Amino acid sequence: MFRTLTLSAVAAVSFATAGLTAGAYDTHIEDFDFSFEGPFGTYDQNQLQRGLQIYTEVCAACHGLKFVPFRSLSEEGGPSMPEDQVRAYAENFEVFDPEIDDFRAAIPADNFPESGLENAPDLSLMAKARAGFHGPYGLGINQFFKGIGGPEYIASLLTGYTGEEKEEAGVILYENTAFPGGWIAMAPPLDDELVEFADGHQNDLHHLSEDVSAFLMWTAEPKMMARKQAGFVGVLFLTILSVLLYLTNKRIWAPVKGKKAS
Amino acid sequence: MGGIPHDHYEPKAPWEKSLAKRLPIIGLMYDTLMIPTPKNLNWMWIWGIVLTFVLVLQIVTGIVLVMHYTPHVDYAFSSVEHIMRNVNGGYMLRYMHQNGASLFFVAVYAHIFRGLYYGSYKAPREITWIIGMLIYLLMMGTAFMGYVLPWGQMSFWGATVITGLFGAIPFIGDALQTWLLGGPAVDNATLNRFFSLHYLLPFVILGLVIVHIWAFHTTGNNNPTGVEVRRTSKEEAEKDTLPFWPYFVIKDLFALAVILAVFFAIVGFMPNYLGHPDNYIEANALATPAHIVPEWYFLPFYAILRAFTDEVWIVQIASFVTGGIIDAKFFGVLAMFGAIVVMALAPWLDTSSVRSGRYRPMLKWWFALLVFDFFVLMWVGAMPAEEPYNTISLIASTYWFAYFLVILPLLGVIEKPLARPATIEEDFASHKGSGDGGSKPLATPAE
Amino acid sequence: MSTIDESSRRDFLYYATGGAGIIGGAAAVWPLINQMNPSADVRALLSIQVDISSLASGSQLTVKWRGKPVFIRYRTEAEIAAAKNEDAAALPDAVARNPNIEDGAPATDQNRAVAGQEQYLVMIGVCTHLGCVPVGDGSGDFGGWFCPCHGSHYDTAGRIRKGPAPENLHIPPMQLSDDLILTLG
Repeated sequence: MFRTLTLSAVAAVSFATAGLTAGAYDTHIEDFDFSFEGPFGTYDQNQLQRGLQIYTEVCAACHGLKFVPFRSLSEEGGPSMPEDQVRAYAENFEVFDPEIDDFRAAIPADNFPESGLENAPDLSLMAKARAGFHGPYGLGINQFFKGIGGPEYIASLLTGYTGEEKEEAGVILYENTAFPGGWIAMAPPLDDELVEFADGHQNDLHHLSEDVSAFLMWTAEPKMMARKQAGFVGVLFLTILSVLLYLTNKRIWAPVKGKKAS
Repeated sequence: MGGIPHDHYEPKAPWEKSLAKRLPIIGLMYDTLMIPTPKNLNWMWIWGIVLTFVLVLQIVTGIVLVMHYTPHVDYAFSSVEHIMRNVNGGYMLRYMHQNGASLFFVAVYAHIFRGLYYGSYKAPREITWIIGMLIYLLMMGTAFMGYVLPWGQMSFWGATVITGLFGAIPFIGDALQTWLLGGPAVDNATLNRFFSLHYLLPFVILGLVIVHIWAFHTTGNNNPTGVEVRRTSKEEAEKDTLPFWPYFVIKDLFALAVILAVFFAIVGFMPNYLGHPDNYIEANALATPAHIVPEWYFLPFYAILRAFTDEVWIVQIASFVTGGIIDAKFFGVLAMFGAIVVMALAPWLDTSSVRSGRYRPMLKWWFALLVFDFFVLMWVGAMPAEEPYNTISLIASTYWFAYFLVILPLLGVIEKPLARPATIEEDFASHKGSGDGGSKPLATPAE
Repeated sequence: MSTIDESSRRDFLYYATGGAGIIGGAAAVWPLINQMNPSADVRALLSIQVDISSLASGSQLTVKWRGKPVFIRYRTEAEIAAAKNEDAAALPDAVARNPNIEDGAPATDQNRAVAGQEQYLVMIGVCTHLGCVPVGDGSGDFGGWFCPCHGSHYDTAGRIRKGPAPENLHIPPMQLSDDLILTLG
């Protein structure tokens, strides 16, 4: 009896989460195939650098990344840019320095600025603050297999504009198939060939959305590579320890159970 | 310690004798570690070790997290991000602590339901059970206050909703809620006191855990048969028991290693699966998230809280009889705490002379239904408060109370128990090595 | 035969299990210790860069580095000449206190100033007596720095000349590039 109970406990734990976000919205989230998915997935350094370029040329006009330090752009597992490039990149931003009570050019030790536009949310953690997948029936199974879907949500939102607009209380709203409620205040930010890459990488809307979403996943979880590695080492070690303890346990109990120690 | 006859520690070397006269600590440790333990314990008896380990894990990771955390509304959220991004290995420490709470509750629920099925709450182990329930309540309080500390949207709104429960208490509710929060709403004062208590309570739990262990070391462990260890002579007792070290320590450590492997997989590969995305948005008193839902381990009781709306006749009667003092909101609060109280009262509600559910043919099914009911409540607690979920949660809540208040007292009278083995030795001999005889394939004593 | 085999196999198993357990426990302790080492944001400020190309002759810039003031002075010809005139061996502290050159080098002006660009003098602005911040701009009896707390006088190369301070002002580890970007640390 308890085995079935234990199994259902595992299942129950999974359904518990999903129900939380099981909304009534009929939104469409595309399941993008990101390189960092799965236990062994890693960030694609070139994709992160392209994403940074898209963020810089487009998103940064309104959205900030206030929790992300410039120096992390050169950290391992991220865009891994050379330090002098990061230093030159940071100088393009101005940050407020309370010590001199004035704005100055940013240095690598500083964080990205906050959002410039009041109603534009900070993007540092956006990829962890949204769920793309839910259900079915509040069971959390989709999130288990596909992931929580934050970057998929962002990419689907960027590609999800239908072109319809409406005005409500003096604000123009744009129809979007990924946004809860269907109408979003942000004008379509990306378009085909809006950003040119130095290496001539594809820059249609779909690719741009995917690249910037991958970059935002990195800003939200910069230590993902190190974390997966630690998890893998931990699981491997504990598996070996389990086997050893299993054999030790068997051997210790053998005389008690009247079996020959084998 | 312990009423089961066994060998005690004898100091031999001169320094041992000298120490024993002044502080009998070696004897205490020896008696604790070598305590005679029923040899037929099955795999549901591992959760105590798991819980002890997780308590230590949470205290240790918690203490180091505090070295980098700032309990202030302006800095709490960013200091957690500081831990995640800048502190050496901070992301692992934080994710371990966060998911450690889930592991804690997985283990405690398994532990509690083990006790309910095998009658571990029954005389003479009522005090162990009551202390356990107190620990469980403190765990819930600690987990709730810990969830507030990252100061995300769910932290803030969870704190608002849960402290609002106290506001439902007639007459003193508003004053009580204000006192708890330190102001008219959740704010810096709330964050600071929750931080203080979140740091304190685990040590209170640790103290209660020691008392919990002390209590069941005095009565001896229960076991899957519910038959007591023979205590008339040391020889007989030794046929029923084995010393805790090494037999059960190694067995429990094996189980712990397997569980930790799963835990590491979750921390390493999907650390946010059990969390809520909204908690990665900084707290904002002006915008409520679309769905406020507690962490999974609170969901069954959250479902009971929401189940009793003013459309339920029992709520209407209560309201009528008390002249409106007990309204639907207060009734829900009473029901939620009542659901835990009835569980704590199980030793006195269960009238059966038989301890273990293994020899109670009717209880087996009612118990299985109770476990199923628990998962239904968990599931329905996460769903929006609308039909058909309202009806489901009402039915499931009703069964929860019915199990403890009606079924447990009644079964003791009408049920005809199966034959039990006379001794633990007999039970152990009857299925050593070849499974448990069918119904519980995992329940072999140690394999 | 089997008894010996078996007991040695059993021993091996027990040692392997115990050993693995000890390794696991030790590995779990390291993160708990390492988390107290300086975090990435602190480490990022261990080394800073300062653009000193706009510094004019006879002026001084003070920057904060590792929580302490660092004096960067563009010395005048007269200041350099005054500093070079002294016999290093006869000074109260005859050691250069410069980690960028060999240990225990004599406190000549050449060993104190920035290598190759002797007009620049870079020092940690903490009096070697009790840690006050000396005042600069040609103050004190020797035209260099003067510590108001207990009256220590430093010369134009930051060497202690009079007063209770035991050592010359310390020089930080640094590097000056050709386009005058000073890297401290």
